[in-house]
Amino acid sequence: MTSEQSKTAVDGGPVVRLSGVDKVFSRGGQPVTTALEGIDLTIARGEFVSLIGPSGCGKSSLLRLFGDLVAPTRGEVIVNGKPADHARRDRDYGMVFQAPVLFEWRTVEDNVKLPLEILGRSARDRAARAREMLDLVELGEFAKHYPYQLSGGMQQRVAIARALSFEPAILLMDEPFGALDEMTRERMNSEVLRIWERTGTTIVFVTHSIPEAVFLSSRVVVMSARPGRITDVVTIDLPRPRGEETRESPRYFELVTAVREGLRAGGGLETDEPGLASPERTLAEGAVG
Amino acid sequence: MSSTAGAAGRSGIAPAGPRPGSRWARRIRYYLPAVLVFAGGIIGWEVAVTALGLKGFVLPRPSAIVSALIENLNSPRFGLLPSARATLIEALGGLAIGTTTGVVVALATARWATARGVLLPVAVAANAVPIIAFAPILNNWFGLENPLAKMMMAAVLVFFPVMANVTRGLVQVDPAALELMRSTAASEWQILRKVRIPNALPYFFTAMKLATTLSLIGAIVGEYFGGASLVLGRIIVQSSSALRFDITWAAILLAAVTGIVFYLAVVALERVVIPWHASMRATETA
Repeated sequence: MTSEQSKTAVDGGPVVRLSGVDKVFSRGGQPVTTALEGIDLTIARGEFVSLIGPSGCGKSSLLRLFGDLVAPTRGEVIVNGKPADHARRDRDYGMVFQAPVLFEWRTVEDNVKLPLEILGRSARDRAARAREMLDLVELGEFAKHYPYQLSGGMQQRVAIARALSFEPAILLMDEPFGALDEMTRERMNSEVLRIWERTGTTIVFVTHSIPEAVFLSSRVVVMSARPGRITDVVTIDLPRPRGEETRESPRYFELVTAVREGLRAGGGLETDEPGLASPERTLAEGAVG
Repeated sequence: MSSTAGAAGRSGIAPAGPRPGSRWARRIRYYLPAVLVFAGGIIGWEVAVTALGLKGFVLPRPSAIVSALIENLNSPRFGLLPSARATLIEALGGLAIGTTTGVVVALATARWATARGVLLPVAVAANAVPIIAFAPILNNWFGLENPLAKMMMAAVLVFFPVMANVTRGLVQVDPAALELMRSTAASEWQILRKVRIPNALPYFFTAMKLATTLSLIGAIVGEYFGGASLVLGRIIVQSSSALRFDITWAAILLAAVTGIVFYLAVVALERVVIPWHASMRATETA
């Protein structure tokens, strides 16, 4: 079920629109690598879009373009109806990285409050929001703990709470569960879906796991390696809410296969690093890299 | 689903600290070997000096050093207690001056790349100079009797490690942390206050542990080249030229004790200021 740029029209129009975007990294004024080439992408409000591709395909760079952490060489990035740098200054998006990036000198609660401090919210507002967000990620009782006292999965939930604390329109997630074990990762996937359904935040999610992308997304954007191009966009029509049964449904396997084929067509599976997934697993679940 | 996530999360919590009853036993067991080795060393020293028949001016017995210390605590010529106090004040003053300038320069170099380009090479070059050789010049500049001359000597020694370490702490921040701050459009000032300075605190305390010792060295070496007579450096010079090496050793003992107290004060402060740092947790489990 592949379709080019199918727009699941949700109210409010596009949240992110990229047209003709190239990104060339240069060193000493000389262009070195073309990370992204000819990217056209529109993401509607309330969508859950995954960016998938082999290592080095520029999916993280693409995410950073949305967030104005990297500037495009050519083309236009419009976020929430304005240029990306405006959107950043308006605090239109929250960011979650592969590492939790919690500050070890702050308690869990104070880590969640950090963006609110930067935004200059009142102490009362900060406390109320932090409590609300920690309840959302079910870590309310750990508010006074320090990050080192939490497991990796819990730390990443704190990072999500922090990113959502100021109610951004978009949540950008850069392989947030890449460092977690498979069991924790699956649990975190369900957690993210629950949060997405409750908050209605638009989520852009970078991953290199096919099952993760299919399970979570409303659309999966498949990218090719160097230069990074969008080779396919797979609409995921699995019913919601999704749970354990979803992972076992025939439609889920069909979609996993569709994404795999998209990756293979883009040369994604050839550049796959061996040894990261066992062959049986790759066959059964289609894990990439 | 969500309740199982919570339960699994709870099990991921680190276990609570050791039971209070076993804490002292554990502490004694931890420090006992060090205390025994130290006491053994002192007794060995005492016995060896007596057995080998060493003369007092070669190596006095520890008991002789202690009695020289007690006899001369307030003696008019070798008043050890007022001397230790005067030297401590010089070292503290130097520590304050050196630390303040070190931190200020570090903040400037971390904030402005131009400052980094100008100041860092100069600081590194200055550090390569055996700065102790400048003691007579500093005495000349600030006046032989002025404690500020000795403070400046200590400050010069303290400055570099503080500046170098704090600069590192301010600059070596997780790039993802900076991206996170940028993503919320934080100002440079907010990044400095909320990320760079807390990040630099452990580096600062590492530097301070070095600096306490260096400040005492600076003060004492400054004193060697003249000035007020009731200071540890002068006592060491005078007593050794009078062949009263028991008093020299007593002065060294006092300097050492001062240094250790100094160091422990920094460690105590560190525990209060950065209880969250990994090094604090390591000492807890040791």
